[in-house]
Amino acid sequence: MIETIKGFLILTGALFMLLAAMGILRLPDLLTRMHATTKAAALGVILIMLAVAVHFGEVAVVARAFAIIVFVLMTAPVAAHVIGRAGYFVGSKLWSGTVKDELRPNYDPLTHELKSGLETDANAVHQPRDSDPK
Amino acid sequence: MATVILISQVLMSLALILAFVRVVRGPSLPDRVVALELFASIVVGLVGVYAIQTDVSSFLDAAIVIALMGFLAAIAFARFLERGGPRDD
Repeated sequence: MIETIKGFLILTGALFMLLAAMGILRLPDLLTRMHATTKAAALGVILIMLAVAVHFGEVAVVARAFAIIVFVLMTAPVAAHVIGRAGYFVGSKLWSGTVKDELRPNYDPLTHELKSGLETDANAVHQPRDSDPK
Repeated sequence: MATVILISQVLMSLALILAFVRVVRGPSLPDRVVALELFASIVVGLVGVYAIQTDVSSFLDAAIVIALMGFLAAIAFARFLERGGPRDD
């Protein structure tokens, strides 16, 4: 029974990693590639670490396996967000079939200025205040 | 069990090859950084499977270190990109 569970976990984990690699090879632009890799690869690592925990069954090893799982769950979204942000700012091209890019009309890449989209001509002008640094 | 481990190792090696193709081809630096991060994840999986195969639990420490290094490398590359360092895609 334990062997079956272990084999299932290992095989599914490896398959998810292969899926992530196929995604990074086949998808058209940076953001879609990240969408494939971050989730599928994290799930693959989690499944394999569960298999490790089931295989050893000692407190010390299970604790370490769960530490890896928690670490991956915490760092994968952070790393994906940071790289996606940097990629957008660097100006990597989006796929030609992209339907919506809501940041594009409101963001000025030269000044790093972000608008809310609700500005009128009156309040778009910068009003200097006394508290502004000189 | 040995067969299952062998199959999974073959699958993950194939995944490593595919990710490496993206590292070589990737049109821009962020694509390569994403591929390298995927590299780190796959290697963590390989180390876990190897720990099961050899019945040595100490390999998990190596897996922790590799996961940490992958994360730090991604953060460092993103900082580098946002600060606009010199690069040659």
